[in-house]
Amino acid sequence: MPQSLQITAAAPDPALLDLPWHIPLEEWPDDVLAALPRGISRHVVRFVRLSGRVIAVKEIGETVAYREYELLRALNRLGVPSVEPVGVITGRRAPDGERLEAVLVTKHLQFSLPYRALFSQTLQPDTITRLIDALAVLMVRLHLTGFYWGDVSLSNTLFRRDAETFAAYLVDAETGDLHERLSDGQRAYDLEVARVNIIGELMDLEAGELLESDTDTVAIGGALVERYTELWDTLTGAEQFETGERWRVAARIEQLNRLGFDVGELDITTDVDGTTVRIQPKVVDAGHHSRRLMRLTGLDVQENQARRLLNDLDAYRAATDRQGEDEEFVAHDWLTTVFEPAVRAVPRDMRGKLEPAQMFHELLDHRWYISSEQNRDVPMGEAVASYVENVLRSRPDEKAVLGIETGTLPRITGP
Amino acid sequence: MATVTYDHASRVYPGTERPAVDALNLHIEDGEFLVLVGPSGCGKSTSLRMLAGLEDVNSGRILIGDRDVTDVQPKDRDIAMVFQNYALYPHMSVADNMGFALKIAGTPKADIRKRVEEAAKILDLTEYLDRKPKALSGGQRQRVAMGRAIVRQPQVFLMDEPLSNLDAKLRVQTRTQIASLQRRLGVTTVYVTHDQTEALTMGDRIAVLKDGLLQQVGTPREMYDRPANVFVAGFIGSPAMNIGSFQVADGAAQLGQTRIPLERSVVGAIRPEDKGHITIGFRPESLDVVSQAQEGAIPVKVVLVEELGSDAFVYGELVGAGAAAREIHSGAGDAQVIVRVDPRQVPMKGDTIWVAIRPGERHVFSAANGQRIDV
Repeated sequence: MPQSLQITAAAPDPALLDLPWHIPLEEWPDDVLAALPRGISRHVVRFVRLSGRVIAVKEIGETVAYREYELLRALNRLGVPSVEPVGVITGRRAPDGERLEAVLVTKHLQFSLPYRALFSQTLQPDTITRLIDALAVLMVRLHLTGFYWGDVSLSNTLFRRDAETFAAYLVDAETGDLHERLSDGQRAYDLEVARVNIIGELMDLEAGELLESDTDTVAIGGALVERYTELWDTLTGAEQFETGERWRVAARIEQLNRLGFDVGELDITTDVDGTTVRIQPKVVDAGHHSRRLMRLTGLDVQENQARRLLNDLDAYRAATDRQGEDEEFVAHDWLTTVFEPAVRAVPRDMRGKLEPAQMFHELLDHRWYISSEQNRDVPMGEAVASYVENVLRSRPDEKAVLGIETGTLPRITGP
Repeated sequence: MATVTYDHASRVYPGTERPAVDALNLHIEDGEFLVLVGPSGCGKSTSLRMLAGLEDVNSGRILIGDRDVTDVQPKDRDIAMVFQNYALYPHMSVADNMGFALKIAGTPKADIRKRVEEAAKILDLTEYLDRKPKALSGGQRQRVAMGRAIVRQPQVFLMDEPLSNLDAKLRVQTRTQIASLQRRLGVTTVYVTHDQTEALTMGDRIAVLKDGLLQQVGTPREMYDRPANVFVAGFIGSPAMNIGSFQVADGAAQLGQTRIPLERSVVGAIRPEDKGHITIGFRPESLDVVSQAQEGAIPVKVVLVEELGSDAFVYGELVGAGAAAREIHSGAGDAQVIVRVDPRQVPMKGDTIWVAIRPGERHVFSAANGQRIDV
């Protein structure tokens, strides 16, 4: 019986039709595969090349596939960092007529790193801490939008470099649910599942000798709970003060901005005799700095990269003595005379190593480093050349780090 | 081990009027396997999540044993959600995969080993304990995941549609495994499904919910033999029961030219709001093919015959029943009846057969409120 495929997708790529849907995913030929995933998954997953991109294809029950597709679309609409769904394909049949499982297709997140790949690189001592921080931020953001994950783990998360930190993305929404708002019980349970899963995953790395054996895995799991709770309380907690201390309203907003959040709605109540004020943020949105950079320059980058770029923009403004001018004009000039020339100066064949904003961040670090070494202000052009030669050349390509065996990922070697 | 009690437990989602779960009263015995079943949106998952501590209880209480857990954190309730996650860790042995949560909790090594060995014995995994999960089959990996929950020795297991993302073959296998494993362990289990076959085959008792209200709770046999209302009658059983609403005249229901005599007690139970009607239900397997001459024989015109080898089902229309024929519905849709027939004597499409409801296998319900009328 011939197969009659049904493709549900927002913007279907006709090239999808050329993939061998009549073959079980497990048996797909090597020439369409970009890589095999690592670890033991509940489902068969393959990374596939399609129209110059990489997509992830997961075989999964039809109803579950549609559900996860819709959930990922909703998360994308809400602006939560998550993989982008491409579509669901059903009606697959093998040539002998046997029905094949439906598939969910998602875009591979460029420049993202699975946590196992991060552990295979020369580990900076605080990498784990920074991964945990990123995951805590992601969980808080998900919970603020009413998303209950149900299966938080490092392997259901992808990480992107974000200046000196990481930004975390949700990959697997199969067990998730979107609610109007989450109960404390849901948040607590999600956090407990996360804690146990992370410790399990770290214990596994330990068993595979990919982690120093004296690492306190249980403490790292505990750190996630701590970081999450701290951030949640700062973002949503109520505070109370005397009417005379109204400056504390502005201070609270500033504090949240520093953490990278905008306050969309703030509840302010006064008691009956008007002596005390109680404030509580009701709607907070992540991305304070990245939104500001986007507005000024059109650059769409991670939160901490944006922070770094905005700092350089401020420095540029001071150096060119244009503080009195409209910020938009200065930003435009900074973009065309500083940022773009620097990124363009990187040879084409090395641009797949890092995202432009991440490259610029490292470039700023490098310029600072050689300037202090040579005791002079090294100009940007010179700094770019030095950075390309001494740092970037030896970096691995991170545009599409997939589920390759950790042992085969190129390691950073000295110049 | 413990009992579970829902005591007038309600959940109202913010911004909605109708409770998702409305004053649920349900007592689950120690060691019992209880299945919550119903169509989507009936409140079954919400009920389970209330017990897990994932949903707030807006009024009423929930008890595990004698302990009121209504306001207790999920992780302190001594329950285990099974199957939510069965990603296995490739570098760890099967034993470590099963016992790692105990290690996190600080359980002494000797205790962990003992509990893991006990669980492995029940799960037939003893010989694999020192291997890596890569060496296991799909079914064995799933049992390792079950082992994770077992070694924690919780008071209650909770399972929310655990089979929904398995393919049909593995679903039937795993269904049997879970049910027999639960009997061996004797741990109180609450299981949610939308699939009535799963409910009938697995549960000691079944609780049917609809629109947040408990419709009936009982053993699979009770639910099948004595459904409390029209909804349960139509929901439990496959193919579904034939159900129709008919005019009552001279102590009998009128199905077109056929008269179905009713017991005096049934006629006496008809109230003014029923407007002289009664709802009658009969399962496809409660019909016998009889001769036209038999009293109460119902003529059915064969539209389709479904042969399953061990069984055969006729999908047909009532003949000469006029408006009453359109009032009947079944698993096949409106104005259709389903009849189980002898697979070795199958009628042809277009034939008319006469069928009679087997004595004692007829269900009657109030036409107004759908409640069962006892004979």
